[in-house]
Amino acid sequence: MHTPIENRNTHQQDITEQFPMKQIIDSEGNLVDDTYRNEINIEDCRKFYRQMLCMRTFDQKAINLQRQGRIGTYPGFNGQEAAQVGSALALREDDWMFPTYRDHAASITFGGSYAIISTWKGRVEGNRPPEGRNIVPPSVPIATQLPLATGAAMASRYRESSQAVIAYFGDGATSEGDFHEGMNFASVFKAPVVFFNQNNRYAISVPVWKQMNSETIAQKAVAYGMPGVRVDGNDIFAVHHETMKALERARNGEGPTLIEAVTWRYGAHTTADDPTKYRDNETENRKNLLNDPLSRLEAFMKSEGYWDAQWAEDFEKDIKSEIDEAVKEMESMPEPDVNDIYDHMFESPTWPIEEQKKAYMEYLKGGSEK
Amino acid sequence: MTTVKTNSMTPVQAINDGLRTMLQEREEMVVLGEDVGINGGVFRATDGLQESFGEDRVFDTPLSESGIIGTSIGMAMNGMLPVAEIQFFGFIYPAYEQVMTHATRMRYRSMGAFTVPMVIRAPYGAGVRAPEIHSDSMEALFTHMPGIKVVCPSNAYDAKGLLISAIEDPDPVLFLEPLKLYRAYKDEVPEGKYEVEIGKGELLVEGEDVTLIAWGAMVPVIKKAAQLAEEKGITCDVIDLRTLSPIDKDIIAASVQKTNRCVIVHEAQSTGGLGNDIISIVNDTSFLYLKSPIERVTGADVHVPFWALEEHFLPTPERTLHAVQKVMDF
Ligand SMILES: Cc1ncc(C[n+]2csc(CCOP(=O)(O)OP(=O)(O)O)c2C)c(N)n1
Repeated sequence: MHTPIENRNTHQQDITEQFPMKQIIDSEGNLVDDTYRNEINIEDCRKFYRQMLCMRTFDQKAINLQRQGRIGTYPGFNGQEAAQVGSALALREDDWMFPTYRDHAASITFGGSYAIISTWKGRVEGNRPPEGRNIVPPSVPIATQLPLATGAAMASRYRESSQAVIAYFGDGATSEGDFHEGMNFASVFKAPVVFFNQNNRYAISVPVWKQMNSETIAQKAVAYGMPGVRVDGNDIFAVHHETMKALERARNGEGPTLIEAVTWRYGAHTTADDPTKYRDNETENRKNLLNDPLSRLEAFMKSEGYWDAQWAEDFEKDIKSEIDEAVKEMESMPEPDVNDIYDHMFESPTWPIEEQKKAYMEYLKGGSEK
Repeated sequence: MTTVKTNSMTPVQAINDGLRTMLQEREEMVVLGEDVGINGGVFRATDGLQESFGEDRVFDTPLSESGIIGTSIGMAMNGMLPVAEIQFFGFIYPAYEQVMTHATRMRYRSMGAFTVPMVIRAPYGAGVRAPEIHSDSMEALFTHMPGIKVVCPSNAYDAKGLLISAIEDPDPVLFLEPLKLYRAYKDEVPEGKYEVEIGKGELLVEGEDVTLIAWGAMVPVIKKAAQLAEEKGITCDVIDLRTLSPIDKDIIAASVQKTNRCVIVHEAQSTGGLGNDIISIVNDTSFLYLKSPIERVTGADVHVPFWALEEHFLPTPERTLHAVQKVMDF
């Protein structure tokens, strides 16, 4: 029923030539794009590495918390750190971010707060962005955030603000109509938006080659008359660089860009999922570990003489306490406020909501419900 | 005393006037949709607006309902006031997802950090010999939705005033325009800005025996039915609900407690229809006042028929009168 990759039309070979996977460092940490050399400095490397390690540690912590029943189902991003951290660090403070349920590394990096994790404890408070940060609550229905991101970008252009917008989505999302609608509107209205795709090659159990019959996601940009870029999503330099470029294009009024960051998620779709049912996880993970975003940056830093054992030891300790602190904060949150169910529906509540709230509060106090 | 100048207008002209008034008033407002620009909308509701306000403020979108609503939500979140047109209400289904999953939820799920002050305008309803799907009146799909208000004017005065209120409302509002009434008659419509409060119905005719409740294109039907009833010596309260969510329960309760009988008329299908909610309201507020079970005159639970049979689907004054007699004879 599905065309295996090797049997696809020959024109797809041209496509891979047209949309080569951009790399700045390869999986061994060698610099492959020398033009980027003078943009690299020790501070950035350390910032990138620290943030990626921080996110990886956090992700593992969240998975453990789920196992211990301290949070609910949780979708991990382990393996996608470079894609999320690299792109989020390209944003300006007043930009907009439209993440999905898997993009915690992007939102934490951008917003600087771990509070989002409390959504996985069923707390709506987790959706509230840090003051002054336009981080929209993570989108759960697939691809639906893409037209919104385009709209926010249209508003930014209309209001002559220089804010740009980034929208995250997975490979599965490219099959939804909203992907088309978001991309098409963005291109027609030259909206300053970056469509940041993380192709982690699976949408739950469906591999990308069963998701679509095109070789790359980047090539889909052609149909919309916008640039499409394919980057090695585990190469934080390439991700960061291409996102910066796309954001600059956006701010210059040159319209949207589609970025396909090719990456891999080591873990399950969510903690409720068992990947061994649909993929040979051990083999695949072993293969993908060779491309790991952290170890290749570490190798690069070592070869550049940027690595310092004391520095590494110190910040690992910092990270641990930072995350412990975040967990402590989450676990010491006061009990959720029942009023929150009713109080954020409209600016001023309508009578059915007021009555229903009143009746329920009376019921809670031991009165009758009606 | 200052007198407000009025002009005689059809409902569709009043909508145009309302949009124009608000485009002048609120510079962050934009009008968007399919063919709303140079063409002025297929029903001319946006006629001349692009000419007056430019292509940045009144613009044609690609043909894509989910795209129109999705991008409007994003615009509204980022400081604009989009008024999106869905060309026919029956074509809102592709955008249903956007309304349900984002427009109505954004305030709640962000605890008020992001809000969606947008309006969705859509001509709805049968009786104009339109092709398939064009005639649907699926308002109950939206009144069932939390987090969105639904309004539906039946005359030119309310059309303009409610539209202005909808645009001023800080939350999403679905504004349903009865297609059949677009050019049915004219009213005196004040110049400039005025509001008809969302959430308030109107008692159009006062009577003693039966409460008749409808909205939109069914309002003329119940008015006519009240006339027919009067010829038989039965007088009716005639209520135009105007807002479908949240419903004005006080006007319903006050009337039913006076007349002790109630007939609800809507063209939408019966099962899950809004008439059932009105019955609940009567039940909650006025059960012991009732002298007979409440009657409903509605479309059947079938798709709006192709137009050769449309009149068998739509409630008529005669069918309404039949129901009135039934509640009287109980
Ligand atoms: C509209 C919609 N349909 C189905 C789902 C259920 N679902 C949740 S995640 C997912 C797969 C998404 O895959 P992809 O877009 O590749 O993102 P990833 O989870 O790999 O990051 C599905 C089918 C959903 N959330 N929304």
